[in-house]
Amino acid sequence: MQNLWIIPALPFLGFLINGIFGRTLSKALVSAIAVASVVLSFGWVLKVFFTAGDLGANPISEHYFTWIRSGVFEVGWDFAVDKLTMIMLMIVTGIGSLIHIYATGYMAHEGGYYRFFAYLNLFMFFMLMLVLAANYLLLFVGWEGVGLCSYLLIGFYFLKKSATTAGNKAFIVNRVGDFGFSLAMFLIAVNFGSLSFDKVLQAAPGKPAGTLTTIALLLLVGACGKSAQIPLYVWLPDAMEGPTPVSALIHAATMVTAGVYMCTRSAPIFTHAPIAMETVAVIGLATAVFAATIGLTQYDIKKVFAYSTVSQLGYMFLGVGVGAFSAGIWHLMTHAFFKALLFLGAGSVIHACHGEQDMRHMGGLKKYAPHTCWTLAVASLAISGFPLTSGFFSKDAILGAAYTHAPWMFWVGVVTAGMTAFYVWRAFWMTFWGEYKGHGHPHESPMSMLGPLMVLAVLSAVGGWLFNVPKILENMFPVQEVEGEMTLTMISVAFGLGGIALSYYMYVVNRELPAKITSSLGWLYTLVYNKYFVDEVYDATIVSPTVTGSRVFLWQAADQGVIDGLVNGVGREARGIGGWLRRLQSGNIRSYATWVVVGAVGLLILMSLAYGMQGGGAR
Amino acid sequence: MDIFFFILFATIAVVCGISVILQKHPISSALSLVGVMGSIAVLYLALGAEFIAMAQIIVYAGAVMVLFIFVIMLLNAGAEQAAGRSWMAQLLGIPALLAMFGVVAYFIQSYFGNAGFMKFGNFKGGSAQSVGMALFTDYLLPFEVTSVLILVAILGAIVLARKELD
Amino acid sequence: MPEGLQQGAQQILANGVPISWYLILSAVLFTLGVAGFLFRRSIITVFMCIELMLNAVNLSFVAFSNMHRQVGGHIFTFFVMVVAAAEAAVGLAIILTVFKNRGTLNIDEVSSLKN
Repeated sequence: MQNLWIIPALPFLGFLINGIFGRTLSKALVSAIAVASVVLSFGWVLKVFFTAGDLGANPISEHYFTWIRSGVFEVGWDFAVDKLTMIMLMIVTGIGSLIHIYATGYMAHEGGYYRFFAYLNLFMFFMLMLVLAANYLLLFVGWEGVGLCSYLLIGFYFLKKSATTAGNKAFIVNRVGDFGFSLAMFLIAVNFGSLSFDKVLQAAPGKPAGTLTTIALLLLVGACGKSAQIPLYVWLPDAMEGPTPVSALIHAATMVTAGVYMCTRSAPIFTHAPIAMETVAVIGLATAVFAATIGLTQYDIKKVFAYSTVSQLGYMFLGVGVGAFSAGIWHLMTHAFFKALLFLGAGSVIHACHGEQDMRHMGGLKKYAPHTCWTLAVASLAISGFPLTSGFFSKDAILGAAYTHAPWMFWVGVVTAGMTAFYVWRAFWMTFWGEYKGHGHPHESPMSMLGPLMVLAVLSAVGGWLFNVPKILENMFPVQEVEGEMTLTMISVAFGLGGIALSYYMYVVNRELPAKITSSLGWLYTLVYNKYFVDEVYDATIVSPTVTGSRVFLWQAADQGVIDGLVNGVGREARGIGGWLRRLQSGNIRSYATWVVVGAVGLLILMSLAYGMQGGGAR
Repeated sequence: MDIFFFILFATIAVVCGISVILQKHPISSALSLVGVMGSIAVLYLALGAEFIAMAQIIVYAGAVMVLFIFVIMLLNAGAEQAAGRSWMAQLLGIPALLAMFGVVAYFIQSYFGNAGFMKFGNFKGGSAQSVGMALFTDYLLPFEVTSVLILVAILGAIVLARKELD
Repeated sequence: MPEGLQQGAQQILANGVPISWYLILSAVLFTLGVAGFLFRRSIITVFMCIELMLNAVNLSFVAFSNMHRQVGGHIFTFFVMVVAAAEAAVGLAIILTVFKNRGTLNIDEVSSLKN
């Protein structure tokens, strides 16, 4: 009994203490409780890892109590740990700890300190629940919970209208995905009779392909909502309204990966539904390209990284879609390293520039914030797939599998990789090279923020060959050989280096070139810069009709008109009848007498009907 | 013979009754009511109710109606003015009355249409002796109670009608 | 037709008055009393119509008593008369009081119970 429940319970305890008492505690105590709860949780994960033996052969499974029992359908509160779960646990708790430490420095001057850490701990609790769950329902509990925490944290600066709107958007768009997930769960329960992973996944191969395809597509809808794929990605760029540690933890490393994790966990269902797999791959690839093009044009540093996240998530889905599940998970892990680092670094940059986020007002930070500079350089190399960095290994695994599946996917993916390198290094050069274009005096960040940056930089550099995920997950997903692997790798590296070189040329050597290109592209540039007007289209076709319809039809017509009308109308009619009846009490004796006579006649008739009209009398 | 008397005095009673409700001055109504009571007393006699007939004349016509006339004189009640009417009484009253009469007449006809005939002298049990016997044996309690009732009525009438001592 | 009428008339002459005629007479007088109650405006006249109604009822009691050859109907009539007398006394006293307070004998103006 490994007492797996301790892992989520510690952050939950932190949430309770900070949430209830945080207002009266000192900032130091709040930070200590919040950070300690996550670090201790990470420690327990390590302890489980080292004492559990071979998780591939003997996965841990703990059953706490039966949650739902209805006839033969049972759902228990079960946690299970196998190698896939262990990887996720390490990522969530490890990177979570680093970000918590970072946040103590970043949020040091912000109001609502205790509330922030309470929400962050709550998020950790739900995310760990999601990862540890041994059945779909418990996973869904975690799924919904992280959505809630995302909403709370995006809208953390709740006095800003844009922040609350973004929080709403995130939650509502997630909800659309959750609807798909719920439908999938219903279908699973109906067809498999159970929601727990071992029963469902073992029985999956035997079910008809149509059923599995439907279930898989519905699960994909849920994953698209949570992991920001087309068409439900629109919430992620707006989610940058939240504080930067939130963007790093939730929208880079953990929550958005939940969709990929869920699809990987449901691999048996997907592999037996080829149409669904193809859909996953196409959506992933399309999202990757789409988001990368937008990322090329943005000036807000966090927006660049947000679109980058959407794009990289597309890569992960591509990996899952072509059957390279472990490659997708590998990229999930390395992406967690370098994307968290990019965001935290961006936070450090923003902190250095006193809250400025527009890269056109940055520059030359190399000499003001050197540590931030080299750590971000490592991250940028990793995301560009520079040889031997972590990103290099995982991205090539995916691209190799894509080539085996369908060569055109490889070529599109490689071009996207080039774009990725380009926009990341564009951001880097604009931020750190040249002259400082902003106000005031930029300064380096405190050690509490730099420490995690350095740790993540090391992980981004070596994490790829240190943790060879496909090898780890060998027993679940057999490793496939890729033909011509060396050639494919060299092609993708070439594209990556080309992207770096092009960005250097355009933003360091020839500074006027970007402006010339954008003006010559005219309407194309405007289209891409405005994110293809997707938000506007959604607003016009879905949001506005819904809001107007709700207001006009549901509120005014149905609620005010029908329901209020009925209720008030009943009251009004009752009063009306009462007023009418009141006239009987006229005080006029004669009218009273008249009513008496009328009543008497009525009674006579009634009595005759009751006793029957017999003819003839007595005698 | 019986039928002749019945028709005569029934007609008198009905005519006087109509006169009660149609006269303008209360005195005329009161006198018509006395006429009704008189003819009913004769009908009582025809039905063999001697005691009741006498009681009707003495108590009803002789005491109650005199009281009415005293009060009319006391109040100096004049002829009635033709002022606003109660529309409810008009609208509902006439149909209700007709309906009531119709229903009652129908029931009388169907229940008692063949109930028997009345001949003068076929019922001898209405004498003072038989009424007295029944009153003081079978119906003693109500009899005693009515004496209390009369006492209460006297007290009530005195209290209500006296002059206030100021 | 004349044949049936002749027969009916002969029957009546032979046997006397049908009891139902007395009851119908009683109903007529009662209806007249109610009509007067509803349509007259002076309180005293209304009171008199009440007495008329009571008389009509007395008549029907006596008729029934004759029909059943029992004296019980007479006793009931007796009590009705007693009560009517008491009621007349008290009622007229009330009318006097009303006249003292309101100065009118118009029943429509004594409507303090109006809503």
